[in-house]
Amino acid sequence: MRLSKRATWLLRTGVGLGLAFIYVPLIVVGIYAFNASGTTQKWPPSGLTFEWFPKAIENEAARDAFLTSIKAGLAATAIAIVLGTLAALAVARHRFFGRETISFLVVLPIALPGIVTGVAISNTFTQVLGVSLGLFAVVVGHATFCIVVVYNNVVARLRRTSASFEEASADLGAHTWQTFRFVTLPTMRTALGAGALLAFALSFDEIIVTTFTIGAGAETLPIWIFRNLFRPTQLPIVNVVALLVVLLSIIPVYLAHRLSREEGGAAAGKGGRATEAEATAVP
Amino acid sequence: MRRRDAHSARTAWLVVAGLVAFMLVLAGCGSSDDDNGGSGGEELQQLGKGEGEVDLISWAGYVEPEWTKPFEQKTGCKVNNKVGGTSDEMVQLMRTGEYDGVSASGNASARLVDGGDVDPVNVDLVPNYETIFSDLKDQPYNTFDGKPYGIPHGRGANLLMWNSDEVKPAPDSWDVMLDPKVAAKYKGKISAYDDPIYIADAAVYLMTHEPDLGIENPYALNDEQFEAAVDLLKEQRANVGEYWSEAAKQISAFANGDATVGTTWQYQYFALQEEGDPVAASPASQGFLPKEGATGWSDTWMISSTAKHPNCMYMWMDWIVEPKVNAEVAEFFGEAPAQSLSCDQTADKNFCEKYHADNPAFWERVYYWETPVADCGNGNDDCKDYNEWVQAWTTIKG
Amino acid sequence: MAAEAVAGKRSVGHRLAGLFQGRPRLQVGTLLAGPVGWLVVGYLGSLAVLLVTAFWSVDALSGEVIQGFGLENFEALFEEPVYRDIVGRTVGVAALVTLTDAILAFPIAFYMAKVASRRGTAILVVAILLPLWSSYLVKVLAWRTMLSNDGIVNWALEPFGLHGPGYGIVAVWLVMSYLWLPYMILPIYAGLERIPNSLISASEDLGAHPLTTFRRVILPLSFPAVVAGSIFTFSLTLGDYITPRLVSNDQFIGNVIFNNITNNQPFAAALAIVPIVVMIAYLLVARKLGAFEHV
Repeated sequence: MRLSKRATWLLRTGVGLGLAFIYVPLIVVGIYAFNASGTTQKWPPSGLTFEWFPKAIENEAARDAFLTSIKAGLAATAIAIVLGTLAALAVARHRFFGRETISFLVVLPIALPGIVTGVAISNTFTQVLGVSLGLFAVVVGHATFCIVVVYNNVVARLRRTSASFEEASADLGAHTWQTFRFVTLPTMRTALGAGALLAFALSFDEIIVTTFTIGAGAETLPIWIFRNLFRPTQLPIVNVVALLVVLLSIIPVYLAHRLSREEGGAAAGKGGRATEAEATAVP
Repeated sequence: MRRRDAHSARTAWLVVAGLVAFMLVLAGCGSSDDDNGGSGGEELQQLGKGEGEVDLISWAGYVEPEWTKPFEQKTGCKVNNKVGGTSDEMVQLMRTGEYDGVSASGNASARLVDGGDVDPVNVDLVPNYETIFSDLKDQPYNTFDGKPYGIPHGRGANLLMWNSDEVKPAPDSWDVMLDPKVAAKYKGKISAYDDPIYIADAAVYLMTHEPDLGIENPYALNDEQFEAAVDLLKEQRANVGEYWSEAAKQISAFANGDATVGTTWQYQYFALQEEGDPVAASPASQGFLPKEGATGWSDTWMISSTAKHPNCMYMWMDWIVEPKVNAEVAEFFGEAPAQSLSCDQTADKNFCEKYHADNPAFWERVYYWETPVADCGNGNDDCKDYNEWVQAWTTIKG
Repeated sequence: MAAEAVAGKRSVGHRLAGLFQGRPRLQVGTLLAGPVGWLVVGYLGSLAVLLVTAFWSVDALSGEVIQGFGLENFEALFEEPVYRDIVGRTVGVAALVTLTDAILAFPIAFYMAKVASRRGTAILVVAILLPLWSSYLVKVLAWRTMLSNDGIVNWALEPFGLHGPGYGIVAVWLVMSYLWLPYMILPIYAGLERIPNSLISASEDLGAHPLTTFRRVILPLSFPAVVAGSIFTFSLTLGDYITPRLVSNDQFIGNVIFNNITNNQPFAAALAIVPIVVMIAYLLVARKLGAFEHV
């Protein structure tokens, strides 16, 4: 699109301001990771120190919580991948009654308030099934609202690729599973990857549903953060942990982006750049 | 073709509806199995070996490494602690059945007993119980049906705290928070406790300032008394800067200048003093009580009826009232210890005196948190129960 | 020859796959069994169980739930005006946050989709996604600190003689708009990306001023994407209770549900019906507006 110099300049300024808006609080988090005071967060900080970094890394509860979050995230993402792909395949490649409802159904867990989802699942586990809460309940909860993210991505990719490749494969004598493995799967692999990464991110930072499903023993990282947010004397550790997580996450985010830029030849659509974006779009 | 699809679609919907109905039936069966009801729990008869860990729910500052680490070394029971901000939270957590014990205040204990979530305590298994202050034993908030349901932890009054730079002269009455004219001076800087039980604070205030209402027990309020208290708090709402339920939230509010006067616990008061913030609390000469008196709490360690680690829990209950430990606990938090022998163990030799640990007369002006019930205790049955307090609290906050 | 060898050994996998051949309804059924079972029986079933409790009541002392059909909870919700205020406040802020984010997100998304270089877009996408990985709680705490009396916002505005909003409903709107912005930027970006550049060039070739092109070509075509993004901003605001608790005194629907879930779950369930109904209505409208379509 041709824009006047002034319009481009205005646009650039707007983007700059937007990015500043997004990042200033994160920079504040970063600054308070070095806060000398353990109890309060004043501005400007009373002093700066590195002491919280080793304390955070040595903090056993934080490390356990981090690992628990990773485990929950991986499990929830795995389930979401399976269920999301199955649903996407059904919707994109077949016609059946209630097809439009599937999209609606899949987005419901993420659209309804987290507290409702959390309490409903917790209720079902403890009162209907008589099973105690814990990591399993958390994974169930997370997987439920992560399905939509994988589903969106895969459906979008499948819609953009023609079914004719699969038909050709069938004509050549491959049965259903072979077609899936050798034709369908490769085309949607990067969409799956990007969706899985976003699903993992959603699960990793989730607090509300987790609060109601985790029970007494275990802790995910957000639960640990919440517990320590209101425990004065160690407040900066929380900021350190948050900072470290953001820095660590540069890797998967970059990966996601590279993944979505790879395109599988002719099966591609208009441009891979939009893939992560599609994960958040509604199908 | 379409009719065949419609037929199979209808079958599909029927199957789905059937499954959902099945879930509902299961739910009905499941919930009715949940009836524990009443105080019928069994107390432990004999102490066995520790189970290796214990899951606790407690107030901020009650379970600290200073005394959990030695406990873990001595008993091998690893302490997992969850901090609750309000009694409601604690009751909710206990009802999940996933914890071994809780440091319950009076506005939680009765509910836990009635809901069957806690068992009576066999005090013979807690040797340090004998030397607990006598006015903490057999109290209505820790003894039910004649059976003791817990081990006292310590007690204290809710404090009036203010920023000594901003609030002058030093207040000695709750006026500064509850009298609309006086409170208006600190509009937007008042910090009140975010829990329905705070209505009792308004009732305590009215006991002195509107004696015609005839309030005797701030937790047993009839329609007229209750309405007066609620109206007072609705007026206060306009001046409140923040309602707090997490101690740390209030600490940061005072430290950052968002609040200059409020109701608090000793825990926050000492934390702010340590940070060097200019805070002062209700006149020390009066024992930190404003002239109307105050609400307070006397906390009890209770054991869950579904405790997975009962032996460790009993060991914890005995440990927390061991003279040296209870002294540490009391000094850390700033409350009166429950253990009489602790008074010889405190670092500050005048600690017990300052906190009126052995002075029952002092505690007559402190109204421990209780669970409001319909039975007023004086023959009438028309007092507001806790559900109504909760509903009213929502309308007060708006 | 290889084909004969393959055809000769009919393994289990082959035979199973053969079952599906030419039977689309069986294929669909198998594909959907997992997801639909999970979502309908598991999730919707759980919701139904929760919502049924809205008709029950609770014993004040023991907290025991008394089953049986009753409408007391709904009566309480309708009669006491505070609940109407709370619902109105929550929905209002949700709408405002959605509008704010749409306005803030559009320029950024447009820049990413149509103006920036390929590398610039790549960097921007990473830059937008990165904050999603930093803890929600820590971000809200950062804002709580920034908005405090001695915080950075007041400190920055002081030279201009202004004062920050402090805590309150303005703070909630501000923080929520901040938190959900990436969820709005990405779908709009995807939507704008899908608009072929040829359409825009055609509009320009026909003599339209860029603003006209924007108004009559870009906006209508990207509107479904905006609606799609709005589903997130609206629903996330509607259900949140942590942010209102940390930066304000105002009660949102989520706060009241949270406060009542202990003592009076039936009442909390009754209140929970409100955001569920609101969201379902919102989703239906969004569907009508094309948010569920991919061009």
